[in-house]
Amino acid sequence: MLKDKDRIFKNIYGLKDTSLKGAMALGDWDKTADLIAKGREWIVEEVKSSGLRGRGGAGFSTGMKWSFMPKAVGERPHYLVINADEGEPGTCKDREILRNEPHKLVEGALLASVGIGAHACYVYIRGEFYREAEALQRAIDEAYEAGMIGKNACKSGYHFDMYIHMGAGAYICGEESALIESIEGKKGQPRLKPPFPANCGLYGCPTTVNNVESIAVVPEILRRGGSWFAGLGREKNTGIKLFCISGSVNTPCTVEEEMGVPMKELLEKHCGGVTGGWDNLKGVIPGGCSVPVMTKGMCDNALMDYDGLMEHGSALGTAAVIVMDKSVDVVRAVTRLSRFYMHESCGQCTPCREGTGWMWRMMERIVDGNATVDEIDVLQDVTKRIEGHTICALGDAAAWPIQGLIRNFRGDMEAKINAKAGNPAKAAE
Amino acid sequence: MPKLTIDGKEIEVEAGLTVLQACEQAGAEIPRFCYHERLPLSGNCRMCLVEMERAPKPVASCCMPVGDGMVIHTNTEKVKKMRESVMEFLLINHPLDCPICDQGGECDLQDQAMAYGGGHGRFHEHKRCVSDNNYGPLIKATMTRCIHCTRCVRFSSEIAGTSELGGTFRGEHMEIGTYVGSTITSELSGCMIDLCPVGALTSKPYAFQARSWELKKTESIDVLDAVGASIRVDTRGGEVMRVVPRLHEDVNEEWLGDKSRFACDGLKRQRLDKPYIKKGNRLAPCRWDDAFARIKDKLGGLDGSQIAALAGDMVDVEAMTALKDLMTALGSANLDCRQEGSAVDPNVRASYIFNTTIAGIEQADALLIIGSNPRIEAPVLNARIRKRYLRGGLRVGVVGPQADLTYKHDNFGDDANLLNDIASGGHMFSKILENAEKPMLIVGAGALMRPDGAAILACAKAIADKFGMVKDGWNGFNVLQTAASRVGGLDIGFAPGQGGLDTAGILDACGDGKVKVLYLLGADGMEAAKLSDTFIIYQGHHGDSGAHLADVILPGAAYTEKNATYVNTEGRVQHGRLAVFPPNEAKEDWAIIRALSGVLGKALPYDTLSQVRARMAEINPVFATVDKVQAAEWADFGAAGELLGKPLKSHIRNYYMTDPISRASETMAACTAEILGEGARTGTDG
Repeated sequence: MLKDKDRIFKNIYGLKDTSLKGAMALGDWDKTADLIAKGREWIVEEVKSSGLRGRGGAGFSTGMKWSFMPKAVGERPHYLVINADEGEPGTCKDREILRNEPHKLVEGALLASVGIGAHACYVYIRGEFYREAEALQRAIDEAYEAGMIGKNACKSGYHFDMYIHMGAGAYICGEESALIESIEGKKGQPRLKPPFPANCGLYGCPTTVNNVESIAVVPEILRRGGSWFAGLGREKNTGIKLFCISGSVNTPCTVEEEMGVPMKELLEKHCGGVTGGWDNLKGVIPGGCSVPVMTKGMCDNALMDYDGLMEHGSALGTAAVIVMDKSVDVVRAVTRLSRFYMHESCGQCTPCREGTGWMWRMMERIVDGNATVDEIDVLQDVTKRIEGHTICALGDAAAWPIQGLIRNFRGDMEAKINAKAGNPAKAAE
Repeated sequence: MPKLTIDGKEIEVEAGLTVLQACEQAGAEIPRFCYHERLPLSGNCRMCLVEMERAPKPVASCCMPVGDGMVIHTNTEKVKKMRESVMEFLLINHPLDCPICDQGGECDLQDQAMAYGGGHGRFHEHKRCVSDNNYGPLIKATMTRCIHCTRCVRFSSEIAGTSELGGTFRGEHMEIGTYVGSTITSELSGCMIDLCPVGALTSKPYAFQARSWELKKTESIDVLDAVGASIRVDTRGGEVMRVVPRLHEDVNEEWLGDKSRFACDGLKRQRLDKPYIKKGNRLAPCRWDDAFARIKDKLGGLDGSQIAALAGDMVDVEAMTALKDLMTALGSANLDCRQEGSAVDPNVRASYIFNTTIAGIEQADALLIIGSNPRIEAPVLNARIRKRYLRGGLRVGVVGPQADLTYKHDNFGDDANLLNDIASGGHMFSKILENAEKPMLIVGAGALMRPDGAAILACAKAIADKFGMVKDGWNGFNVLQTAASRVGGLDIGFAPGQGGLDTAGILDACGDGKVKVLYLLGADGMEAAKLSDTFIIYQGHHGDSGAHLADVILPGAAYTEKNATYVNTEGRVQHGRLAVFPPNEAKEDWAIIRALSGVLGKALPYDTLSQVRARMAEINPVFATVDKVQAAEWADFGAAGELLGKPLKSHIRNYYMTDPISRASETMAACTAEILGEGARTGTDG
């Protein structure tokens, strides 16, 4: 259970003043110049030692990512790009940061830029976050005016500029290289790797792309020290995290918690429990729509962090917990996710372009019972043929929920097929 | 050099290659759709996935650079399954319309489905359907067949430089198309048809005309511009069905201009297929004997100086050799192959060829274009300039018409006097030429046709000399010819002899009545007014403007109907080949002249093609070596003089109609109307 003294997002619900003055009262922008003065290496080392893992879903070590940037700035400038294209269904954490804690992001952007040698930062905000972009722009303007960023940011001698780029609502633009393409004004399609952005990113220059939450926690980590952050949570799963709980709970919310909090505790303490009680639980998608669904049995003792959920064949993803009680048709729910992936596939590479539509159509038939039990195996095979064969991870993300469904809820699928009157498969029995 | 293991075989390859290229060197075939060696990488079809040890996922071999110690597997069960998967994904939304698809028989998707496909379908949903786009008169787009490899998109943005295609929408709804229904305007658009691995982009004029396996394929040379691109003429029966490019790294790589590719329907229209004699005001068909007898009758008693000959733009060297020898035998020195009146010097080869060579463009670092629009005069050559430009470090300056050349350039205006400024060193581009290591210039044919052509030529030579364009191993002086016959004609000496008249002189002499008989060997576009009293023999294959003036017509063969020699603008001797026989009574051109010489009692000393070619090599040794460019010796040429104030321009106005074949082509007429719009009806200026 997170103690109040370890809380980073003190104003995540916007109950207090969100302006620069209010943010400073809550501890933001405190001696930022001193942190900058400690230098690039110190910042990267501190973040490394904190054990902070990327909060966008993949969970790659943030400090490690920064250390991939060229050590010295050469002819090409370095860029920091902040991914605020929060489009994963169920996820609503970055939105709260942009609305209510924008100064954490602006300060974090400055410190992270020092860490990677960048003097410019682009924030890519999804098009639907219009008000959120306004809030961030307000914060940026305030920071410029107060001399926190811009020329000689915080009187540290470091120049830093921050720009907002609005997206147009494509989920795939949350993939880092598609996001870069989109900022460059091109069609949002992921790039091939190698080369990686740290070597050849935005406009062909070394670039680091980080999630909003990863950047927003950086100032607090630097102020309190990496060891403080590392002391929270479990080994390799350190720190605190914003969890977004939605679905069949009594009080859905976004809440800051320590990593590794038991799922049951998370749901019961902050969300008023599952509707109809814990025993009414059908399943949980623990990390945004890209990860496999877990059964109630798995949820009973799952710990909410990267490794804890991996043990149950799922993943932490963005920590968007989608709870489904027994009134929810879990097969239909996953079918809806399939449709989402079909709609959001960029269409660049073959398996994802063709496969996501195929999977969705098969799922639709299974939901309606217009399929044979054998087709579940075909579906499983198709997901396996997409997974790992695509340019970016969207193909994997489309395959995993279905794989999870087949693994954990195959009985529900078969029941739908068998329930359909006049089903040839049943007639053959 | 990195060493890697491919299917258990160790191989050392050049650094910078991709795994796919390394696999090919190791003899492992990798199927692919999106990968094309001349296009930028995209890695989207996933057909080339291979297994790499220590990699978490299969890698797209087309985009993965080779690294030392890589261990690649291309023949495992896993790789086989990956290929089957991609084939299955590609086929689920691909229509089963192979029987009515023009790509059938030469379709990558078909071939690879046979080789790597799984053999049966598991897809029970509805297939995707996409509405077709109108890409103009040349490309038929059946977008339901598209597999989104984006080769056409990349071609359009990289090679053609017009960026007319792109993807819209997402996921399975993604469509390749032009910007809101516009047509494709690139002069190289036909290459997208070749690049398309499926039947999404096919040739519109060729639609439903033939199947690929019915065609006889003849390797030949294109003559619709002076680049001399390597082509393959596909025929069925006596009909040319289509023309497609052939690989020639030094000339056209694998591209071909749209006119060269699509004008072949002009070979079937407006043909002169029997001899004609003018009776009263009408041309009446006759027998060969009658035509020859009429000519003999007309030439009887004429002095050599009263006879003249002009050769046109598409004439082969054999015919010009024969006619030159015949004229010499008749005692006439009045002959010229520069029917447009170009000022190039027939005695200095360096003054009329593209000395740098087309492949040589890739080494240049500064380029001055004078009075030319290479994009429409030689699209393939222009693509080479763009290729060089994309590599970076090429500065291009233009003194001539404003045009979108598909690469960045500075247009300084079209005043010829700018050349003097550049030559004097005071112009901003002089600095660039001065600092360049391998500067080059291109003088357009249009600039040399002007009355001050000789002065422009001299000025260009002065620039070349001043900025060190001609040095050891580098000659940056280039004339971009637009007629396929021009260099060959000059090489064979089809030019005024001792005391002979040139084109302008011949036409004036015709007007004055000093020349009584004019032999037009495929020469069109003469001013009719001056020729009203002259007896005109027209030998050619199309009833174009030259034939309308004629008193006797001798039907010749078009370039697809004879074994003939052409020399391209670089001075590269190449042989075209007979793909179909000339229609009806038409004959090979040199044979007509040989037969006529017999009737006139001046029988030429050759009866076979090889004897004519031996005679050609005797006149000029360059004809002894085929497909090689021999460096021309640098000498003095041009005549210094006043430059006229009138604007320098390209002499081609309508790319699609420049010669008798393209003017007879319905496809080219459609291009003129649909792509260029009304008001671009006539082909050439000058």
